[in-house]
Amino acid sequence: MRPVIQVSGVRKVYGSTVAVDEVSFEVNDGEIFGLIGPNGAGKTTTMECIEGLRTPDRGTISVLGLDPFRHVYKLQERIGVQLQAAQLQKRIKVWEAVDLWASLYQKKAIDGENLLTQLGLADKRGAWFMNLSGGQKQRLFIALALINDPEVVFLDELTTGLDPQSRRTIWDLVRGIRERGKTVFLTTHLMEEAERLCDRVAIIEHGRIIDIDTPERLVDRHCPERTVVLATDDAVAEERFRAIPGVEAVICNDVRFTIRGRGDDFVTEVIHCLSENRIRVRDFRTILPNLEDVFLKLTGHSIRD
Amino acid sequence: MMLRGLWKLTWIEIKIFLREPLGAFGTIGFPVLVFLVLGRIAGRGQAPSSFAATGFIRVGLPVLASILIALSAVLSLVTIISIYREGGILKRLRATPLRPQTILTAHVIVKLILTASTLALMVLAGKRYYPVGLHIPFFSFTIALLISTWSILSIGFLIASIVPTARFAQPIGAIILYPMIAVSGLFVPVESLPPALHAVARVVPLTYTVSLLEGIWRGDAWSAHVGDVAALAFVFVVCTALSAKVFRWE
Repeated sequence: MRPVIQVSGVRKVYGSTVAVDEVSFEVNDGEIFGLIGPNGAGKTTTMECIEGLRTPDRGTISVLGLDPFRHVYKLQERIGVQLQAAQLQKRIKVWEAVDLWASLYQKKAIDGENLLTQLGLADKRGAWFMNLSGGQKQRLFIALALINDPEVVFLDELTTGLDPQSRRTIWDLVRGIRERGKTVFLTTHLMEEAERLCDRVAIIEHGRIIDIDTPERLVDRHCPERTVVLATDDAVAEERFRAIPGVEAVICNDVRFTIRGRGDDFVTEVIHCLSENRIRVRDFRTILPNLEDVFLKLTGHSIRD
Repeated sequence: MMLRGLWKLTWIEIKIFLREPLGAFGTIGFPVLVFLVLGRIAGRGQAPSSFAATGFIRVGLPVLASILIALSAVLSLVTIISIYREGGILKRLRATPLRPQTILTAHVIVKLILTASTLALMVLAGKRYYPVGLHIPFFSFTIALLISTWSILSIGFLIASIVPTARFAQPIGAIILYPMIAVSGLFVPVESLPPALHAVARVVPLTYTVSLLEGIWRGDAWSAHVGDVAALAFVFVVCTALSAKVFRWE
């Protein structure tokens, strides 16, 4: 199947700053694709080039078979967009915004009232934009991005600045978009968001894509380490732990041990060692690496730095 | 199709404007009020037969009030455009199939409608207090004011293209536009200005606005003001072309 979005060798320079450098990737039909990286990594620039809002200095982009630069209006008919940190007119009412947006597209818009109900905004339809909470504003922007029944939906830092509760609600809504058969392209600097939402992610830093894959495979590839944390009074435990196959480090802090090793079998080996040596433990948990660790490994710093 | 979007956007912008605190009163009510108060004070102080008094009340004051209406519309446009740019509203609208020029046209229409309705209100309210002795061609005058506003709005767009932030939009606009009134020939005829100011008056668009509005108000034929209209059209073309080059959407 032909990819919905094809980006190839895109470069964008602002003055002396290279915002995006040789970026290439493809987004498949019906998936949630995430572009993840710290602030200033080039996520928004990349996204806005794909949406036709910016023109890349080099490289080619194709969205739904269209060139975003030459066929920008044709493209905008078929995509839905939520921009980072966008506002609406302070005193525009929720239903007016939906009604206005519905009138901007050639094809028949979907039922706005129904959309507001689905997004939990029905009781806010008469409220001014300025009086909405952060979560409600973002849900309204989702409504505006969906009003033309788009084939691809772009979401730029959708949940930044929202509380965890609203964030979860938004995540469910985004999954709902995918269930309607649409392709979602999103950017985020929240690794948890990428991990929970995205089918595939591209990690971007300093304008360059470092790696692209499913979150699970990225973790397996870059962070095969497994960590077991347990507590025991057993005097011979430390010695036994060091003999576990695949073990790389045993750190002892009073009665608490942190055992690191690699391989899918490592946790089983630890359990095996405990039962064989009849070591009694008061606590036992495993720590699996996540995208956060992948990012740290690939870039040498945390995404929050 | 795009007309549907233009009409919706225009209508919503009018509603939003009227919801602003002081929006309706500040732009429509206030100039009308000033017009009435000034008119009564000036009218009471002078004998009705005094030519100077009636001249200013009958021609100068209505034209001054009209120009103030036009300028406040322009300033409000400058402010709105810069606020919309700062808030990313322009950018969000641009991410739809709506053409950029449609967005800006909607704002111009809003300001023209506002200018026309303020003028209508002023004339209606003024009728009670001003002894309208002369025949005033209201329709022609409205057209003249709309042409003037349209032309000054293009200067407003140029200012809106250049001002860095919304905070500076209103003051910078006011500093550029209001001093133009001084040399426009409204208070002192352009011919009697010092030569240096005379030259300034020739390049200030408001000079042509005043000449056009005063003439039409007095009952001149349009044919007598072709030069004024041409000058205003020239200003419009130049400013529109310039702002098309330098306008920033974000």
